[in-house]
Amino acid sequence: MSKKVINTKINGTNYTAEVEPRMLLIHFIRDVAGLTGSHIGCETSICGACTAIVDGMAVKTCAMLAIQADGAEINTIEGLAENGDLHPIQEGFWECHGLQCGFCTPGMIMAASQLLERNPNPTESEIRHGLEGNLCRCTGYQHIVNAVQYAAQKMQS
Amino acid sequence: MIPGSFEYIAPSSVDEALALLKENGESAKLLAGGHSLIPTMKLRLAEPEVIVDLNRIGALKGISESSGTLIIGALTTHYELETSDLAHRKIPLLAQTAAAIGDVQVRNKGTIGGSLAHADPAADWPAAILALDAEIKAVGQGGERSIKASDFFEDLYTTAIDPEEIITEIHVPIPGANTKGTYLKLPQIASGFALAGVAVILTQVENICQNLAVGVTGVSSVPYRAAGVESDLRGKAFSSDNIAAAAEKAVDGIDDVLEDIHASEAYRKNLAKVYTRRAIESAAS
Repeated sequence: MSKKVINTKINGTNYTAEVEPRMLLIHFIRDVAGLTGSHIGCETSICGACTAIVDGMAVKTCAMLAIQADGAEINTIEGLAENGDLHPIQEGFWECHGLQCGFCTPGMIMAASQLLERNPNPTESEIRHGLEGNLCRCTGYQHIVNAVQYAAQKMQS
Repeated sequence: MIPGSFEYIAPSSVDEALALLKENGESAKLLAGGHSLIPTMKLRLAEPEVIVDLNRIGALKGISESSGTLIIGALTTHYELETSDLAHRKIPLLAQTAAAIGDVQVRNKGTIGGSLAHADPAADWPAAILALDAEIKAVGQGGERSIKASDFFEDLYTTAIDPEEIITEIHVPIPGANTKGTYLKLPQIASGFALAGVAVILTQVENICQNLAVGVTGVSSVPYRAAGVESDLRGKAFSSDNIAAAAEKAVDGIDDVLEDIHASEAYRKNLAKVYTRRAIESAAS
């Protein structure tokens, strides 16, 4: 099947590669761009571990073809910290113990970034609703909610 | 999991997409939001040879109003409908239904046209589309046609759309005065799909039911209008007793109630009645 050259910008850096149409975006991010912070969990578009922001929208990148992202701007977990300083959401997860094994964390944080962009001061129930697309098998979610509340407060101050 | 090999084409117009469908016949599949098709391809349950990606066709996107009707482009996402000012003002049931779908990431990518074409028996849109008497516009080699929501769903994952047709728009009549709607469902906890989902549109004048439309999804292999409920309550007061009696008819005439590991046939029938009652009570309150 014919390959095609695609260009994407991930965290401000251009990546150009020839891809097979069937390559999933998560594989492009991890294997072509070498950004392995975005994880592959369920592979069935349920768990959200592969969540990245594509043209401003939180997307499960295992349910999108890399070739569809030709020309897109993508943000992954690697792009959040600036000059070595953790983003307030990352800081919240650190301070509030929002993770145990950490596998879901990159996707959880990217989904939280979309949530706080759309709703800077969410209630607890809005946080839980906004993170419905991301599964965590360790924390029971309470500390994740605390982490997002921490971040919301910090980002507003 | 990786899909089988395929050719990928992203046309920029509906005409181009139609030509590709004609050229490739049933070996081609249309790609909209991809949240049903791509997982199915990863499981190799679908192995299309050609993917026609509709996402670069601007003409299929957006929501507008024209002579008492909301016109929704087939490629409009659930998120766009959930947050559409026009939908909120003119047909809040559309925004409410959109907000009940899946999760944030699914709503960001998933489209109303894609969902309707996929025709999952537990999808949310069919209930609202049926209750609102919407029409689905499709275009094919023979030109454009309009399909009533009640004629659209034919079987599990099967619609009235021909393989060489493309859904272009969904036309939803804006309900008149004194009309309210609601959508309620019991989601399967992991997937969010409806074990039973009920959309209600009702016209209420001094607590009397002037008109009622009830769309039910998740219960049968084909989403349906609960005609028995509608005729039972029409002309009567919205009292608790009347609503409860009417809701008992929510599965009248439905002989293919779904049964799976999540819900038995008896449980789904009960859910249909309970959610019909609650949806009517909520809209009439």
